[in-house]
Amino acid sequence: MNQTTPADRTAAPPTERRTWRSLVASSEVDTRLAGMVAALLAIWLIFHALTGGGFLTSRNLWNLSVQSASIAIMATGMVLIIVSRNIDLSVGSLLGFLGYAMAVVQAHWIPETFGFGFDRPFTWVVALAVGIVLGAAIGAVQGAVVAYGGVPAFIVTLGGFLVWRGLIFRMGEQGKTISPLDSTFQLLGGGPDGSLGATRSWLLGAIACAGVVVSVWLSRRRRRRYDLATRPMAIDVGIALVACAAILVGIGLVAVGYESPIDGSPTGVANPVVILILVTLVVTYLARRRRFGRYVYAIGGNPEAAELGGINTRRTIMMTFVLMGVLCAVAGAVQTARLNAAVTNLGIQNELDVISAAVIGGTSFAGGIGTISGAVLGAVIMQSLRSGMVLLRIDSPSQDIVVGVVLVTSVAIDASLRRRDRRAVVTALLVGLAVAALIIQTGRQ
Amino acid sequence: MSIAHDAPLVEMRDIRVSFGGLHAVDGVTVTLRAGEVVAVVGGNGAGKSTLMHTLAGAHPADSGQILIHGAPVTIANPRDARIHGVEVIYQRLALADNIDAAANVFLGRELRTRSGALDDSAMASATRDVMKRLNPRFTNLKTAVRSLSGGQRQSVAIARAVHFNAKILIMDEPTAALGPAETAQVRDLIGQLKAEGLGIFLISHDIHDVFDLADRISVMMQGRLVGTVDKHAVTKDEVLAMIIMGTRPGGAAAR
Repeated sequence: MNQTTPADRTAAPPTERRTWRSLVASSEVDTRLAGMVAALLAIWLIFHALTGGGFLTSRNLWNLSVQSASIAIMATGMVLIIVSRNIDLSVGSLLGFLGYAMAVVQAHWIPETFGFGFDRPFTWVVALAVGIVLGAAIGAVQGAVVAYGGVPAFIVTLGGFLVWRGLIFRMGEQGKTISPLDSTFQLLGGGPDGSLGATRSWLLGAIACAGVVVSVWLSRRRRRRYDLATRPMAIDVGIALVACAAILVGIGLVAVGYESPIDGSPTGVANPVVILILVTLVVTYLARRRRFGRYVYAIGGNPEAAELGGINTRRTIMMTFVLMGVLCAVAGAVQTARLNAAVTNLGIQNELDVISAAVIGGTSFAGGIGTISGAVLGAVIMQSLRSGMVLLRIDSPSQDIVVGVVLVTSVAIDASLRRRDRRAVVTALLVGLAVAALIIQTGRQ
Repeated sequence: MSIAHDAPLVEMRDIRVSFGGLHAVDGVTVTLRAGEVVAVVGGNGAGKSTLMHTLAGAHPADSGQILIHGAPVTIANPRDARIHGVEVIYQRLALADNIDAAANVFLGRELRTRSGALDDSAMASATRDVMKRLNPRFTNLKTAVRSLSGGQRQSVAIARAVHFNAKILIMDEPTAALGPAETAQVRDLIGQLKAEGLGIFLISHDIHDVFDLADRISVMMQGRLVGTVDKHAVTKDEVLAMIIMGTRPGGAAAR
């Protein structure tokens, strides 16, 4: 989206076609995202070497995918909030509150009101629906105070951070741990049963590959119809092939390759990862193909211009918070289901992880810049660091130091890239790497 | 809609706007004909921007009447103004830097497919077509507006106005932020829009711009209209005297 491409086929300089730079430009691949994928692969390879081959295993990568899912789900919504120059500090508390509320619904409200026990087919649906509606309503309240009340989002959500956590203790159970949960609801959290298994995983892969091919083809056809420049056919085919290969290799080696610790059968893609994929697709569609997303970016780029363009900026801002509330409910369901329990400290500090994921993923606090896929990658990068350090037996405080250093380094690199200051990029990278390496080396037990 | 052929494109009659006790615009009457550029000039705080804001719907008038094609209209907000074919090109351009030219041209008025999704290809294509008319060298349809030159950004802002068949353009200091080459480009563009029959109100400080571009010049001072003069009937010094001292040149005043 950010690359310069001649709009007119006739205007394309034919002589420069063969250079690497023009090839990259004409492929319209997001170079920032490609850089992040490269960074992620580098982190994986380094940890793989440091752990003597313990990182790039099916088991570790499968766990990594499940552990990243909840933060990544929320990070997709946080991108839109930060892009429109706001912030949401309440997501961790909101997740805890909604997770607890969903547990109360299935363990107390439904049985006590209707006399239904667990394991009715609709218990999990009702619990999840209540969580999502409640999340949307709370998001609407916070968003309305920000957008219509004129209170800065930092303040509103700082209040929410305290309020939603506190309300867990006022919800009838006085903060007692609620466990176990409905057996179908539990499947949302993953685990050997909460995964797709081999057949359905391959089916998912096939659908994903077909989706990639169709979307590449559709976008090509649409641009043709309006006589706009299209990418060279070879690049389109190459992109589709690489994407399909990555999907199938990922499913084969990680998801199906991971054999269930219980019965040794192939586990398949875990449900939280399936949910994350769906959330990413939906939020990306909202961000890039709907007016809502266009307005969010326009507000972030120039609030005055958005207002003068006749955009209902207040409603748009409020809707970003509604979306965030819904995503907190989804992530809350995943975390509660995974624990098979609702506890009062669920989601503590998650707001920091979610914001960090968005920022490592290239979202700018100046507004207007950030991608959904970047934030998901950011969440995976953070979780990779943590899980690699766990394998190296580095204590949790040292892990925090490394994640903090990586957060600041990534933003410094991003800022230097935007200024096209190569020396600053290299300096930031080297300083960040040196500090992280020092902490990892001295933190090993 | 029947159009009275002798009526001017825009007639603003006896417009008054006050902020508290301050009469920012105090009984001003101006007219604009199709294919004409009327410069609205005056010192800081003369009320020229406030006057134009009433036509743009950015700040409604307290009293007075606006007629378009001879028919009285109510303009309470920017949307009303657009319905009557009034488009504004603000001094700071009002573009969102982080999105591309087509997204800016259609901002707030996006084209959509049957499913309600944004139809980016259709918007890119329409933007390319309007740009062919305005600035044939403009090809950066997919670049964020941030990385365009000042003149190109101005073309995007103007494309945003003319694509929607604006009949009346308000341009606020269109050349203030531009270098000489780009200023020339924008001047060509204004000439072209004029030839296409648009009426343009030009708010400007630059007396050279005013004399190069305008057909008539309305001078304001402290919220009042000093007078409206035909460019060919006055000298720059006489206009400067109107702006600074509020004195009308003898016998040169024109409607």
